[in-house]
Amino acid sequence: MAHNTIKLKLNIWKQANPDSAGGFKEYNVEVSPDASFLEMLDELNDNLERNSEEPVAFESDCREGICGTCGLVINGLPHGPLPKIATCQLHMRHFKDGQTIWIEPFRAKAFPIMKDLIVDRTALDRIIQAGGYVSINTGGVPDANEIAIPKEIAAEAFDAAACIGCGACVAACKNASAMLFTSAKISQLALLPQGQTERHERVEAMVKEMDENGFGACTNTYACEAECPKGVSVKNIARMNREFFGAKAKSKNLTF
Amino acid sequence: MTKLDSKIPEGPIAEKWTNHKFNMKLVNPANKRKYDIIVVGTGLAGASAAATLGELGYNVTAITYHDSARRAHSIAAQGGINAAKNYQNDGDSVYRLFYDTVKGGDFRAREANVYRLAEVSNNIIDQCVAQGVPFAREYGGLLDNRSFGGAQVSRTFYAKGQTGQQLLLGAYSALSRQVKKGKVNMVTRREMLDIVVVDGVASGVVVRNMVNGEIERYSAHAVILATGGYSNVFFLSTNAMMCNATAAWRAHRRGAYFANPCYTQIHPTCLPVHGESQSKLTLMSESLRNDGRIWVSKKQNDMRAPNDIPEEERDYYLERKYPSFGNLSPRDISSRSAKEAIDDGRGAQGQDAVYLDFRDSINRLGKDAIEEKYGNLFEIYETITGENPYKVPMKIYPAPHYTMGGLWVDYNLQSTIPGLFVAGEANFSDHGANRLGASALMQGLADGYFVIPYTIGNYLASDKPVKEDTTHAEYDKVQTEVEERFNQLLNIKGKKTVDEIHKKLGRIMWNKVGMARNEAGLKEAVTEIQELRKEFYEDVNVVGDSKSLNQNLERAGRVADYLELGELMAVDALNRNESCGGHFREEYQTDEGEALRNDDEFTNVFAWEYKSDSNWELHKEDLQFEYVKLAQRSYK
Repeated sequence: MAHNTIKLKLNIWKQANPDSAGGFKEYNVEVSPDASFLEMLDELNDNLERNSEEPVAFESDCREGICGTCGLVINGLPHGPLPKIATCQLHMRHFKDGQTIWIEPFRAKAFPIMKDLIVDRTALDRIIQAGGYVSINTGGVPDANEIAIPKEIAAEAFDAAACIGCGACVAACKNASAMLFTSAKISQLALLPQGQTERHERVEAMVKEMDENGFGACTNTYACEAECPKGVSVKNIARMNREFFGAKAKSKNLTF
Repeated sequence: MTKLDSKIPEGPIAEKWTNHKFNMKLVNPANKRKYDIIVVGTGLAGASAAATLGELGYNVTAITYHDSARRAHSIAAQGGINAAKNYQNDGDSVYRLFYDTVKGGDFRAREANVYRLAEVSNNIIDQCVAQGVPFAREYGGLLDNRSFGGAQVSRTFYAKGQTGQQLLLGAYSALSRQVKKGKVNMVTRREMLDIVVVDGVASGVVVRNMVNGEIERYSAHAVILATGGYSNVFFLSTNAMMCNATAAWRAHRRGAYFANPCYTQIHPTCLPVHGESQSKLTLMSESLRNDGRIWVSKKQNDMRAPNDIPEEERDYYLERKYPSFGNLSPRDISSRSAKEAIDDGRGAQGQDAVYLDFRDSINRLGKDAIEEKYGNLFEIYETITGENPYKVPMKIYPAPHYTMGGLWVDYNLQSTIPGLFVAGEANFSDHGANRLGASALMQGLADGYFVIPYTIGNYLASDKPVKEDTTHAEYDKVQTEVEERFNQLLNIKGKKTVDEIHKKLGRIMWNKVGMARNEAGLKEAVTEIQELRKEFYEDVNVVGDSKSLNQNLERAGRVADYLELGELMAVDALNRNESCGGHFREEYQTDEGEALRNDDEFTNVFAWEYKSDSNWELHKEDLQFEYVKLAQRSYK
């Protein structure tokens, strides 16, 4: 393990509340290359608190890349410069001594900034609430092995279900589209037999909710897949579109 | 003195739950909408309870400090979930799962609770599959299983290394459906700061809106706490950053007994600490020990790179001390052995770490075989440490991972405060002194989907609680106390940061209330924690105000509670003059250094009643082992 440190200049987005104007503030830090990116911010905050200065507000929780709480735009890239990781899995050894780092919140119309680097992503919850489930109650369900599901179908459903709901796909998209997020849940349930009965209603309801929350359209840049910490594939978007048009063709409500 | 009544139903163990379900009173479907229930916490236990209660027709308010119910730390569970399906036809049964869990808990859990857990385990798998949880499957399309520690059958269901995530998202989807239907009022970014007890009955909670700092009140006919464990008292643990004990601790201070706080699980295979700035510890799956060999140098202060240490100078200490189980010795024993080696000055390159070496397996099976089995874990390791474990042995170290102790509950999961129920890791009920792998997820979902929805109905129908208005004077009183607590913290304006104090507490807990404890150390710990608490209230510096988003203040409040809970953990450990499971008292060991229980005196639960600061009264619940015979565990 290295015991040396690197010196960095941080330009961090500071914003008091959703309504105030924000701006970058400069901080200088010296940190061990073994520290994680968020541990660097912890250390910065500890020093600020010691001097009675206001710490930088940012969110994180599991710090293992699975809860989806953390999410920073680092030098213009959601979750930073490495592929397939969340911000919490980024380590300082990937930065050079003397480097300047720009740190911003995820930016999207549907993700209002609450304070500094914290954004409100409840729009994603509303999309799930619109139909991201199988409508069954607890109890009275068949035995788990009643329905055989081909291994590759289960695996494909799993890959879609691996989405951690961080919103990096939205932040990466120039249109701030939530198509990758929405399609991941639609795909998971469209692939599995359990999701069949509500297949059409689900895709219609979730897409409608997505649109109403101010997310943009998809223009196939694939930036979402590139920045997704779990590598959720854009194929899910294609599947969602097929599901959507299939549903519309059968819908009682033929207006779109 | 309140007598602890566990309310274990009569009858043979296999019929207790069935009989109890029949004997419990019901709330008729049309009346359920007249009852309000608060659920605090939306992990596996909380989300499943809130969803199920909403489905039944109750009006549920679900409260979480996260921005979304999907972020609770249940999401990070890797390995799997046990169930007694016997799909593998390898001799599993409800009774065997019950037996393994009681034995794994070193005979310090309640038999009746454990049996019920095993009994409903099968329903959980059915439920999750019906929700669309993508469990791993065989080529024939049926569910796959794997083996876990402490069992001789394959009963663990899994979804790659993300089982907790998939189960939580299943519960979250069920919860989301009830939110859409208006049966669950989802209240996010609120931290529960106190419980309100009116005339001895749980009436509601006082929370802080973490966005604008407003104190809010919620009242109901019953309150469920599903607020997780308290491993973060150690500062460094595998728990998430926000996991905390405040909800449970505040309930404790209001009259809920705290049971077996000293039962903490230290997981042997975590990544070691890299330095002072380390914020948390990352677990590496136990499965690595199937092919990795654990060793340290035979020499003290050996600073050589591991690959420069010749074979004859390596001490494969688990293989040496426990030849039958070797590197797959149980968690408590493996963790303690690592500590011994490091205390002896033989840690990897002078660090607090031991080697987990795949060299021999790679030579025997080939790199491809190892990559196929453990590829993603090796990747995680390299991401975090920057070292390639195919070439250099991994460095690992034990870390606090799970707390078996928690709020005392009876068979109905009701605490000593009527109307206050506790589910999941937050209660103490099912794992005794040591939890087996893949049973935390099982317990959380058992409590939430299949136990509390029944028992809470019985409470409502039998006790007919009244919902108080939040204008009741007791709410004013509690809110004032909460606000005074914040003002106190903000007005200290000292020189120490919250993290600084928390790290100090963590060091005391780790060194003296950690993997191995002794009387002298525990007594020192009690004094040191009291001194640290004094230092905290005299010299901590909390920046900002209470009327806005203030993470510094949030952390300060949690650390203040750890400073009390930590003391109780030490007191509990000091009073339990035996070794069992995760509680190892150095004075009580066999000649071979194994945990030595004292069944005559300690076949019981310690339930602590809060009296005043540093002052608790001990109540004991005797445990009966009618089905699983008390026996010494041996792994030689």
